[in-house]
Amino acid sequence: MNYDRILIRYGEISTKGRNRNKFVDKLRKSVRIALIPFPKAKIEASRDRMYVLLNGENGIEIIKSLKNIFGIQSFSPAIKVERDVEALKQASLELLQSLFKAGQTFKVTAKRSDKAFELNTNEINDTVGGYLLSQIPGLTVNVKNPDINLRVEVRKEAIYLSCETIKGAGGLPLGSGGRAMLMLSGGIDSPVAGFMAMKRGLEIEAVHFFSPPFTSERSKEKVIDLARKLVDITKVSMKLHIVPFTDVQQAIREQVPENYTMTSTRRMMLRITDEIRHNREALAIVTGESLGQVASQTLESMYAINEVTNTPILRPLISMDKTDIIKIAEQIDTFEISNRPFEDCCTIFVPASPKTKPKREKVNQYESYFDFEPLIQEAVQGVEVLTIKPGSDKQSEFDELF
Amino acid sequence: MIYFDNSATTKPYKEALHSFVTVSSSYFGNPSSLHSFGGQAEKLLSQAREQIAKLLSVKPNEIYFTSGGTEGNNMAIKGAAYRNRNKGRHIITSSIEHASVYNTMEELEQEGFEITYLPVDVEGRVSVMDLERNIRKDTILVSIMHVNNEVGTIQPIEDIANTLRNYPDILFHVDGVQGIGKVPLLIHENRIDFYSLSAHKFHGLKGTGVLFIRDGARLTPLFSGGNQERKIRSGTENVAGAVSMAKALRLTFLKQETGISPMEKIQQLLRNRLEEIDGIQVHTPIDYAAPHILNFSITGIKSEVFIHALEQKGIFVSTTSACSSKKKSPSRTLVAMDVPESLADSSIRISLSYDNTIEEAEEVMKAMKQTLNQLRKVMN
Repeated sequence: MNYDRILIRYGEISTKGRNRNKFVDKLRKSVRIALIPFPKAKIEASRDRMYVLLNGENGIEIIKSLKNIFGIQSFSPAIKVERDVEALKQASLELLQSLFKAGQTFKVTAKRSDKAFELNTNEINDTVGGYLLSQIPGLTVNVKNPDINLRVEVRKEAIYLSCETIKGAGGLPLGSGGRAMLMLSGGIDSPVAGFMAMKRGLEIEAVHFFSPPFTSERSKEKVIDLARKLVDITKVSMKLHIVPFTDVQQAIREQVPENYTMTSTRRMMLRITDEIRHNREALAIVTGESLGQVASQTLESMYAINEVTNTPILRPLISMDKTDIIKIAEQIDTFEISNRPFEDCCTIFVPASPKTKPKREKVNQYESYFDFEPLIQEAVQGVEVLTIKPGSDKQSEFDELF
Repeated sequence: MIYFDNSATTKPYKEALHSFVTVSSSYFGNPSSLHSFGGQAEKLLSQAREQIAKLLSVKPNEIYFTSGGTEGNNMAIKGAAYRNRNKGRHIITSSIEHASVYNTMEELEQEGFEITYLPVDVEGRVSVMDLERNIRKDTILVSIMHVNNEVGTIQPIEDIANTLRNYPDILFHVDGVQGIGKVPLLIHENRIDFYSLSAHKFHGLKGTGVLFIRDGARLTPLFSGGNQERKIRSGTENVAGAVSMAKALRLTFLKQETGISPMEKIQQLLRNRLEEIDGIQVHTPIDYAAPHILNFSITGIKSEVFIHALEQKGIFVSTTSACSSKKKSPSRTLVAMDVPESLADSSIRISLSYDNTIEEAEEVMKAMKQTLNQLRKVMN
C-alpha cells in the first residue's frame, strides 16, 4: 500500500495569532520551491497543517527535500481515508500488512480533533487494534515501545493514517522575519550564524570583505562556496556583496596604533556593512561573534566596535562553545570549506597583541586624525554584487573538461 | 582488431584523453601552490572530486584520489588494520579476491593478523551465513569484492551489508574495480566504509583511481609526506588524471543507462555458441554475474596457445586475469570454485565494453571455432 500524501506539521507557526496566514504563505512558498523537481505533487495548506499530495511522485525523495525547510516541525507520510469505520479498518490493515515483518509489535494511537465521529479515541484504538490482531498472524501489541505506531487522526474532512513521524528542520519559514545582512568571512562561525538566522525566518544577504593582494581569489572563492552551501539548504538565491577593502585596511595600518588596528578594522567593516544594509533596506546585521572567542569578541571589544551603529547586531552564536558551532558547521557541510587555509580580511594584519579591552575614547581619538569617510564611501561604491543561485552545479570555466 | 579483454584494461575515451592533455599542458600548476595558477589546478581537482562524488551518490570529502585499484585496496585494508590493531586482529575476506587484496591479507598475516578466507560455492559466491559464522569479537574488517574479475560472479554485497548492520564496529571494504559502471551498487545504502575504483577499467587512464572512505571511518595512512588528500594520501595530486577520470566515469555511467541489456545479449550469444562446442565448459554463472565477463575452459588445449592463435587473427582475449596470467599456477578463483586443476589451467576470459558489438561477437566465435579445429588437429 502506498502513501498518497505527506502531512506537514507547523512548528511555532501554530502559536501565532493574527499573523499566522503570513507565516503559512511563506512556508507554502518554501515548500513550493522544494517541490519544483516533482511537478505532479500538489500542496494543500490550511491554518493548522499542510499536505503534499504525491500524485505518483516519489515520496521518499520529496521527504528528503522537505527536511531542510524551516518552519516545519515534523512530517508524516499518510493515507487519506473516508470517515467510515469499515473503510478505516481496511486501510489500516493494508497499511500494516505492507510494513509488518515477522515478530514486530504495534500499537494504535488515535486522535480525534472532531468529536462528532462515532467512536471516541479509546474505541478507535480498540476497534482498529483488535481488527489488525485478528487479521495479521504473529502481530502483537506493545504499548510502550512498539515497532510500528499506527496513528489514526480523525478530522472533519477525513481520517488520516500514518506510521512514522519525521523530524523537520524547525524554526520559522524563510523570509517571514524580514531581511538582514550577514557578515560572512571565510571562517567557521559566520556561515553557521547565517544558517541560524535563516532558521529564525530571516532572509539573508551576505557581505564579504576582500583585500587583494593581501587576500587571494581563492579566499573569495571560498566565501562563494560557503554562500552556495547556505543557498543549497534553502534553495532560494542569495546576494553576496563583495567589498573592496584594501584601501581602508591600509589606511588603518598607517593611521592607527598597532594594538588598536583590529578594533578599528571591525568598526570600519561595520560602518560599511551598515551602509549596504541601508541601501538594501535591511533591518539588522548578523555576525558570527561568540563571546570571548577572540580578542574582538570580548565584551569590551564589542562595546567599542558596536559604537558606530545603532542597527541591531544579531549574534546567534553569542553564547555557544566552539565545539557546538563546529558540529553545526559539519551538519550544514560548511566546515570543510571554512577549513581551507587561505588568508581572509580578518586574519591579515593581525597585531601581535590586539587590545582585548579597547577603550571607546581611545579608538575614537586615533580615528579622528584621518577622514575615513571618503574611503568608506569608495568601498561601498565599489561593491561587487553576486547572486548565488540554487542548484549545486556551479558553472565553471572548466566544464568542457568534465 | 577485436578487443575482448576489457577487464584487463579498457581503451581510454578520446574525451578523457583530451581532458588529460588539456589539463596537463594548460593547467599544470600544483594544487598546493598559493598563486592563482595553483588555484586553477585546485579548482580542477575539486571539481573532479565533486563530479565523482555526485556520480557515486556520496559526499565530495569521501573521495580520495589514488593511483588505482591496487593502491586503494592496500590503503583501505592495511590502513584499517593498522588503525584498529588494538581493537582486534581478525579480518574476513574471500578466497577469490584480486591479488591486491589477497596478497595484502597474506602480508598482514605475517604481521600477526588472523585472516579468514571464506570459501565460495561452485558459482564463485561466498555465503553470508558462512560469513556471519566466522565473525568474532576481535573481527575488525570484512573485505569482499563486488564483482569477481575472473569469472564475473557478483557477490551478495547487500546481504553482507544487512548482516554487518548488526556489527557496527566492523569495517566493510568492497573492491569495486570490476563492478563499477557495469553492476550498479549503492555505497551508503550498503553501509560500505571503503570502496576502491580504478579509472583504466572504465576507459580512463592507468595510474588513476579513487578510494571512497565513508565520512567518519578512519584509517592509518600508508604514505608520509605533504599531507595531501586530507593527510590520507600524501603526494602531489594527479590533477589531469583526476579530471580525465571524472569525465570517463560520467561517460561510462551515461553508457550504462542503455548499454547493459545489449551487453547481456552479447554475453548470452557467446555463452550459447560456446556451450554448443564439445569440450568447452563455461565457468561464469548464469545468474548473479556481471554482464561483461565470460570465463570458460577448453579441454585439452592450453589457454596460452589458444590466446596466441586468436591473436594472429586480430582478436584479443585473456587467460584468467591479466594480473596473474604470467604466473604458472592455475587460477585461484577457479580452484576455489571446485573446477578441476586441468580445466582451470586452460581457462579463457572474454571481457566486454559498451563499445563491443554483436557482430564482433559473431566474428570472434567464428574465429574461435576455426582456431579450435586447427589446434585440435595439431594437438591430437
